[in-house]
Amino acid sequence: MAQHAENITKEELWGGNGSPFRISYGKQWMWMFLVSDALTFGSLLTAYGFARHQADAWPIGEETFNAMPFLGNGYPLLYVALMTFILIVSSVTMVLAVEAGHRLDKKGVTKWLLLTVVGGLFFVGSQAWEWYHFIHGTHYGSVLTADGWAVVDYVNEGKDLILKFGRGVIVDGAAAQSLFDGATATMQGANLIENEYAPEVPQYANFFFFITGFHGFHVFSGVVFNLIILINVIRGVYDKRGHFEMVEKVGLYWHFVDLVWVFVFTFFYLV
Amino acid sequence: MERDDLIHDNLYSLSANHDEEHGKAIRKKIWQVTAILTAITIVEVCTGAFIKQYYEGVANEFWWIIKWSFIILTVVKAAYIVLVFMHLGDERKNFKWVILGPYILFIAYLIFICLSEASYWNEVFNGPGSITP
Repeated sequence: MAQHAENITKEELWGGNGSPFRISYGKQWMWMFLVSDALTFGSLLTAYGFARHQADAWPIGEETFNAMPFLGNGYPLLYVALMTFILIVSSVTMVLAVEAGHRLDKKGVTKWLLLTVVGGLFFVGSQAWEWYHFIHGTHYGSVLTADGWAVVDYVNEGKDLILKFGRGVIVDGAAAQSLFDGATATMQGANLIENEYAPEVPQYANFFFFITGFHGFHVFSGVVFNLIILINVIRGVYDKRGHFEMVEKVGLYWHFVDLVWVFVFTFFYLV
Repeated sequence: MERDDLIHDNLYSLSANHDEEHGKAIRKKIWQVTAILTAITIVEVCTGAFIKQYYEGVANEFWWIIKWSFIILTVVKAAYIVLVFMHLGDERKNFKWVILGPYILFIAYLIFICLSEASYWNEVFNGPGSITP
C-alpha cells in the first residue's frame, strides 16, 4: 500500500511488461464491475430524483420512518441510523480483515471476516423488519377526509382521536372527529399500487421497494461472497498462495455496498 | 501457464504485505476514519430528527441549507470510504482517474439532464397555468 515505489519511468510503466496501473488483473476488473454497478445505482437514484422533482409533494423521512422494534412510534430516523451504523461497522471490520491479510495473519483475517459476515446478516435482518413495517403501515391506517389524506392516531391512552395531515399539520378534538366521520376512503400500509405515506404519489413505494430491495440483494450476495472467502481462509487456501488478495477483492465489493447505502440513506431518509 | 494474478514485481499493490509496525499505523488511520464516519452520521441523524422541514404546515425557510449540508456530508463520507477503506487513495494516479473520471462525468450529466427535465414537468403539471393530466 503505502510503500509503492514511485520512481519508475514512463517507458517502464507503459512498456507492456505488466499492468500500467501496477495492480493485479482481478482487482482491476473488480473495480470496473463496481463502476458499472455504481452507474446502475446512480441511475436508480437519479430516476427517484426525477419523480421527486416532478411531484408536487413528497413524504418527509422523519415522519414516515419513525418506528423502533419493541418501542413503537415516535423515534424519527433512529432505526435507520442504527442500520447505517451496523453497515459502517461491518465495513470497518472488513478493512481490518484486509489489513490482517497484508500481515499474513490468518487468525486475524478469520476473526474480522467472520464479524463482517455477522454485521451483514444483522443489516439484512434489519431491512426485513423495515420492509415489514413499511408494508404493514401505521397502527390505525389513513383516511381520506374533506381536507385530504390523514393518518389516524389516538393520544391520551387511546381516548382522543387526532389526524396527522403530514408536514406537521395535526388536527384534534371535535374537528378531527367530524373529519373522521365524513371520511370517504381508507388505506393502510404500502404496496406497488398505493401507499399511505404518499397517497398522491403511488410510485414512492415502488421506488422504496426497488432501490432498497436492489441494495438489500447486493448485501445478501456480499454476505455469500464473504462466507465463501471465509471458508477458503479457514481451509488455508491463501496461506499456500502467499497473499490474501481475494479478501481485498471481496472487501472492495463490500465497501461498495456500504457506499451505496450512504447515498440511499441521504436521499430516502434525510433530504 | 503463466498466471498474471500473482505477484508480478514488487510494485504491484498486492505485494504490499506489511509488517506489524506498518500495520499499527494503518489500523490507527482506520479507527480515525471510523470515528469521522460515525460522527457525521450522528450529526446527520440528529439534524434530520430535530430540525423540522415543516412546522404546522409552514415550510422551514432554511431547509435548503440543511438539504445541501446533507448532500455535502454524504459526499465527504463517500470520499472517505472510497479513498481509505477501498484504498483507491493508495493506487497509482492513472488508475484513480480511470475509475473516477468517467463515472463523475456520466453521473453529473445524468443528474443535470434528469433534474432539469423533471423541474420542467413540475412546472407543466403544478406551475401557474398548469395542465391537468
